[in-house]
Amino acid sequence: MNKKILGAVAAMTLLSAPAMAADPVKIGMITTLSGGGSSLGIDIRDGFQLAVNMRGGMLGDQQVELIISDDARKVGNAKQIADRMLKRDKVDVMTGIVWSNLALAVVPSVTKAGKFYLSPNAGPSKLAGEGCHMNYFNVAWQNDNLHEAAGQYVNDKAHRSVYIMAPNYPAGKDALAGFKRYYKGNIAGEVYTKLGQVDYAAELANLRAASPDAVFFFLPGGMGINFVKQYAQAGLNKTTPLYGPAFSFDEGILKAVGDTALGVFNTSQWNKDIKNAANIDFVTNFHKTYGRYPSLYASQGFDTALLLDSAIRAVGGDMSKKDAFRSALKAAKFQSVRGPFKFGPNHHPIQDIYVREVYKDGDNITNRIVGKVFSNHGDAYAADCKM
Amino acid sequence: MTFFLFLEQTLNAFQLGVMLFLMAAGLTLVFGIMNMINLAHGSFYMIGAYVAAYVGHVTGNFFIGVAVALPVAALTGMAVEITALRKLYNRDHLDQVLATFGLILFFNELTSIIWGPQAIFVPIPGLFEGSVELIPGAPYPIYRLVIIGAGLVVALLLRLLIVKTRTGMLIRAGASNREMVSALGVDIDRLYTVVFGLGALLAGLAGALAGPILATEIGMGENILILTFVVIIVGGIGSIRGALIGALLVGVVDTYGRAFLPAILRSLFEDPSVADGVGASASSMSIYILMAVVLIFKPRGLFQAYG
Repeated sequence: MNKKILGAVAAMTLLSAPAMAADPVKIGMITTLSGGGSSLGIDIRDGFQLAVNMRGGMLGDQQVELIISDDARKVGNAKQIADRMLKRDKVDVMTGIVWSNLALAVVPSVTKAGKFYLSPNAGPSKLAGEGCHMNYFNVAWQNDNLHEAAGQYVNDKAHRSVYIMAPNYPAGKDALAGFKRYYKGNIAGEVYTKLGQVDYAAELANLRAASPDAVFFFLPGGMGINFVKQYAQAGLNKTTPLYGPAFSFDEGILKAVGDTALGVFNTSQWNKDIKNAANIDFVTNFHKTYGRYPSLYASQGFDTALLLDSAIRAVGGDMSKKDAFRSALKAAKFQSVRGPFKFGPNHHPIQDIYVREVYKDGDNITNRIVGKVFSNHGDAYAADCKM
Repeated sequence: MTFFLFLEQTLNAFQLGVMLFLMAAGLTLVFGIMNMINLAHGSFYMIGAYVAAYVGHVTGNFFIGVAVALPVAALTGMAVEITALRKLYNRDHLDQVLATFGLILFFNELTSIIWGPQAIFVPIPGLFEGSVELIPGAPYPIYRLVIIGAGLVVALLLRLLIVKTRTGMLIRAGASNREMVSALGVDIDRLYTVVFGLGALLAGLAGALAGPILATEIGMGENILILTFVVIIVGGIGSIRGALIGALLVGVVDTYGRAFLPAILRSLFEDPSVADGVGASASSMSIYILMAVVLIFKPRGLFQAYG
């Protein structure tokens, strides 16, 4: 009798032993799910979630517990949530932040706590240069990158003067700095607008008065919708061509501005027509699951999950092996939906950047790749990073 | 900087002011008469925009969209007043802020469930497409002129309502002394519901009209709500005239700040990037400076509401 019980207990311990080793990996996601700019955060979350769902709730063959929280684009909220996730939920990895001003407030506290942060979007210059950290990885781009490509492209088109605009926050500054790094012509005007601004009539009147050859603007989310609509309504789209990074012409914005954006060129590290197995799989599944086409934000969320998948597998789900986990992240052994991908010395991507054109595919207004601006493009701050 | 550019910016300032007035008129009535801080006012603006966009899209007629949006916004407002807000009139302002903030979250989520998380497209009605060259060298979108016109008509109608009708008289009486009004046998509950519905209707109208030029997206109301509060504080809480003057003032200060401050600062600073940074920050502060200055000299706003 006793022996039987002992046997049963022994069997139970044997059974539960592997289960204990495989405690779910806890991932904390802070992103913008309500208010202005929520479409970006929703896309990042959906892209990430899709990758997890396609693997049956697992990443790297381990159960994951994904804790998602909404920052409403407010720095205070993001900091508070990060604190809670680190102290109460004891997450292993954090990700999700859309906006650079939020990332600058949260990322240092995550890395200081000895945890990992994988950025699916924000890539402020500060965190790529002097403020870089061995536990901080950016899976999207350094903020300047797409704007640098736009600068190069507009320069190649030989526009002699360009009027440039961005919101007044860290990523806006990075954007215009990136554009000017590669654009060698004359800057007809440089304007910073309020983050979340809705009416651009005053800026458009000044813009017209400056009569530039072209306009470059970085206004993500609802700001971009407002601007593109009002730009067309002021009749400026007939006289002055618009250029921008992909953020100003993502799927969400295009759906909301109608035909007015047709024919506009913008720069991106990803598009849904990139032909590789991972991307085709991603676009099909995303469309099937959510009933809409993915934006670049969704692709970044998906890639972040794929990178995690590869690194969790490398350590067999044992998140205490921090050094091994870090080297696995650094190795980036996953098939990115954007094609070739690797990390530079500051843990920011080295990747190709394309130029896309807005066109009409049946009833759907979307982007197609029409050329490549940079191959294996890194960022300007890597040299300042001492890890 | 030319004179024509200045004229064009003045027109822009006027248009922004009128837009703010439509929002502020409802908010100031609710705040002034019921002494109720209603953060969910922006939600009625969003409901107006979404309903107008949806009905306009289905029927193919923008005006039907607006016509349906108005009663929907008003009825939503009244329903919210009867079910939720009525219990909060005698509570602390902090309780009201908390409750109406909850309503914002509720309506945002509801909108997301009904229309999805992405912004929706609202075309300019064909009748008002294109632009006119009122000012030489600066074609001005006709639709923006229509908004100015609509706002001024609403201002006029509201004035008639408040000054000439019995309801208006009750509203004024309710603002100055609610106990006395109810002691005289007026059903103050019903009056409040009507006023709240009217406020929601005006917010819905603002949203419906904003659809073609602004992004119709979830949370669109919160962006404009803060400006609206500045307007009613500058104008004097509870005063329709104050809301109009306050809205125009805020429109002018905000637009001129954005239009001219950066250029002026560029001529003052040697380093243009410093000037741009200061200019952007200074112009986004300008309306709050306006508010502070007004409050120093007129602590209850420019126009005190009745009594």
